[in-house]
Amino acid sequence: MATLAPHATAPLLDVAGGAAPLPDAPDAFMPSRGFWGQVGHKLLRDPVAMTAACVILAIVAVALLAPWITPMDPYRGSMIRRLKPVGDATYLLGSDELGRDMLSRLMLGGRLSLFIGVTPVILAFVIGSGIGILAGYVGGWLNTVLMRTIDVFFAFPSVLLAIALSGALGAGVFNSIVSLTCVFVPQIARVAESVTTQIRSRDYVDAARLSGASTFTILRVQVLGNVLGPIFVYATSLISVSMILASGLSFLGLGVKPPEPEWGLMLNTLRTAIYVNPLVAALPGLAIFIVSISFNLFSDGLRSAMEVKA
Amino acid sequence: MSTPIGQPTVPPDRDRGGPAQPLLSIDGLVKHFPVKKGLGGRPAVVRAVDGVDFTILKGETLGIVGESGCGKSTTARLIMGLMPHDSGELLFDGELIGGRALPWRDFRAQTQMVFQDSYASLNPRMTVEGSIAFGPRVHGVPKRQAIERARSLLARVGLEPSRFAARYPHELSGGQRQRVNIARALALQPRLVVLDEAVSALDKSVEAQVLNLLMDLKQEFALTYLFISHDLNVVRFLCDRVAVMYLGQVVEIGPADTVLASPAHPYTAALLSSMPSMDPDARTQVAPLAGDPPNPIDPPPGCRFHPRCTLAEEVCKGRVPPLAPVDPVHRVACLARQPGSGHSAAPTLSVAA
Amino acid sequence: MLRFILRRLVAVTPVAIGVSIVCFLLVHLAPGDPLSAVLPVDASPETIEAMRTAYGYDKPLVVQYGLWLWHVLQGDLGTSIASGRPVTSEVGRAVVNSLILACVATLIGFTFGMVFGFVAGYFRNSILDRLASAVSVFGVSVPHYWLAMVLVIVFSAQLGWLPSTGAGPDGSGNWRPDLEHLRYIILPALTMSVIPMGVIARTIRALVGDILAQDFVGALRAKGLSEFGVFKHVVKNAAPTALAIMGLQLGYLLGGSILIETVFAWPGTGFLLNAAIFQRDLPLLQGAILVLAMFFVALNLIVDVVQTALDPRIERG
Repeated sequence: MATLAPHATAPLLDVAGGAAPLPDAPDAFMPSRGFWGQVGHKLLRDPVAMTAACVILAIVAVALLAPWITPMDPYRGSMIRRLKPVGDATYLLGSDELGRDMLSRLMLGGRLSLFIGVTPVILAFVIGSGIGILAGYVGGWLNTVLMRTIDVFFAFPSVLLAIALSGALGAGVFNSIVSLTCVFVPQIARVAESVTTQIRSRDYVDAARLSGASTFTILRVQVLGNVLGPIFVYATSLISVSMILASGLSFLGLGVKPPEPEWGLMLNTLRTAIYVNPLVAALPGLAIFIVSISFNLFSDGLRSAMEVKA
Repeated sequence: MSTPIGQPTVPPDRDRGGPAQPLLSIDGLVKHFPVKKGLGGRPAVVRAVDGVDFTILKGETLGIVGESGCGKSTTARLIMGLMPHDSGELLFDGELIGGRALPWRDFRAQTQMVFQDSYASLNPRMTVEGSIAFGPRVHGVPKRQAIERARSLLARVGLEPSRFAARYPHELSGGQRQRVNIARALALQPRLVVLDEAVSALDKSVEAQVLNLLMDLKQEFALTYLFISHDLNVVRFLCDRVAVMYLGQVVEIGPADTVLASPAHPYTAALLSSMPSMDPDARTQVAPLAGDPPNPIDPPPGCRFHPRCTLAEEVCKGRVPPLAPVDPVHRVACLARQPGSGHSAAPTLSVAA
Repeated sequence: MLRFILRRLVAVTPVAIGVSIVCFLLVHLAPGDPLSAVLPVDASPETIEAMRTAYGYDKPLVVQYGLWLWHVLQGDLGTSIASGRPVTSEVGRAVVNSLILACVATLIGFTFGMVFGFVAGYFRNSILDRLASAVSVFGVSVPHYWLAMVLVIVFSAQLGWLPSTGAGPDGSGNWRPDLEHLRYIILPALTMSVIPMGVIARTIRALVGDILAQDFVGALRAKGLSEFGVFKHVVKNAAPTALAIMGLQLGYLLGGSILIETVFAWPGTGFLLNAAIFQRDLPLLQGAILVLAMFFVALNLIVDVVQTALDPRIERG
């Protein structure tokens, strides 16, 4: 049995000194992916998210190409051929209350619906991130001022705020986008501020400050890359809400004006038709639902893929 | 055992003050954190660092030990300028840090820090070589050269560049990450490296490797270390001198061997005797520390250790003991060790013969 | 605790003031004269001026705000331009109807949402979990105004079981909790319950999953506690968050009911808002929005206080 010298004088370490070569890490020879590479890798293996992504791409493609690929003229109506049922010989998905082809109007309507649904989120992402990241990184009184102002807008339920702003500004695509952007900016700013505050207190940001870098450089090189990811995921989860709200505004007559096709507007004008041809009347809402649920499922998949294991 | 304090091999233009000038000199450092009290409560402060003085000589390794909450990490952060100090003077090689002769950017190029949490210290989105090269690039080194330097540093700390340079932090083990952190600290060719519990989170065998690495690097690059730890064994192994902190103040400072073998302050003695021994016969029969753990918001009056001190007397409650020398290199803040303090165990004032 | 409530009240006051400013300014965002909807097109400039002075639109904005706020604090929300009746009474009547609807919808949504959420959380990654999750995703993705139409088509137009519009058989403006009126509330409440159901199911699923994964649950089971006992612990831990969400959802439903109330012609604040917008009845619009927003602020405050009272970890005072 080895005698144990009293610890007070024992040499603590008798490992051979120097930088010994280290044992192999288990994945020593796998190519290293970047963060987004990893996310994409995981995402591609998620069947639900991938299906949702395909649906979204298909709908976007149809919407973009709509002016050229609609089977019939979306604006041309015919009073005798009103409210034809789905599966009709001429009108594949039936015709609306003014005799216009539903399929063509749905395809073209997708353009506007997607536009007024997605644009506010993009705008809010840019503006909200700017405000939130600034408030989160700088902290102090600027943070307090910005966040308290945001809190005032948070005091309104989003639907109410959207409608109030729309109601005040008046109908129209531009006004809808403005009011929806105003609704989403506070939400994104809050998430951005929260994430930035967390990241800011991480040691590697301190290490970056210790290297003498300017605030702007640190933000650009070290902080932004880590912060935009979670904000982006949150923003994608807002798209479905935005689409429902945007079409909802048109449903109330506050958004797109007739005769432009837009799903929410179409749903409104077809309301009286529910007793005559319920299936056709429900079609535009079904379209909104499909897009909305696809965006939600994709956003959920994206969030799961972004959970990095340390 | 430790490396002797020798002539640092820095080019003469970097060493402005000469060998006798301490590399870092701290005087009266104070930092209080306000604590939020609701309406009707007194405004309270956490006195995290409450009057700390010490110096670090060129080429030495100074250790700071103490329990959690004693203020050692806060001191490190104040030195590095990660937060502003409330009062006190910080001199680097004789010059005021942040003053005209030594702006912060220049100071930052000469002092670096290695943090405790190896994972949180690295940007998860950047490659290892990117993280190491960031500092030099900030100071104007072109990208190619910075990457070259990063790679050679990786090799120097024992991580083969061809395998590790393009990796991300989550693909490395704790020990490997801490080596990356050390490489990053060295990238700016600093003179002083602050190691804040840098090995505390590692497994013992890995800790041994990293400590040996640190010792080699210190020799090779003529570094000075400030080593913060709560592990007295490691401090004994690595440090030339050690300072013991309690509740925001330094209570004892002196050569590592002396302080850790024959401590002058009762708190240091208590810390040492609460270390578990390998010898089954050397058992701790009596709890070394009595009383409640201290509250940094409302520290005890007089000597802050007196509620838990076995030597405490009335006089200890009334006066804050100054950090006075026991011998030329060893100072203690304890009335029982100071002649003429009024403590019954104090040595009598010796009349010069 | 009382100190906490007081602190919260103080913190909420600037927000409430901000809300009132936004409500006030909303009306002035509107292009065009507030009076143009009411006056005939050929009204003479003198008439317009007289009306403007009568309504106070000729004074500077800040003064208008001050006067308006002064009146509001006394309970006077102005007069509706379209109907001529005081805004307070119109909104008051409508709020009651909306509250009833929102409360019933929240209760239904909360109940189902909790059931689905607990089932999904307990049986994570099983078929039951997937079903429950599917239902909750459905809940948050479905356009509720479309769902309203679909339900009307099925239950009203096709089957004729339930009425499609209104709150009562005689087209009355109020809903009373008796058998006759019961049929009228079913469809609107069911439709509205879908969103809170989805949100609550999702949140509870995550929450229950997290609680069950915690060490103390393992410790309880190791000590021999029955599964039902463990379940009670889980409920206790989940309760504060669940109630908080329920409260918030109630607020959202109250404020966001306009679309459903429009479809069902339910005589609530949403319906009133709709009418106010299209008649450009700005005092009514302003008053309705203010009341709804204040309800939401108050609700947030109550939720905050209740959550703090229930959760011993949050510090108070």
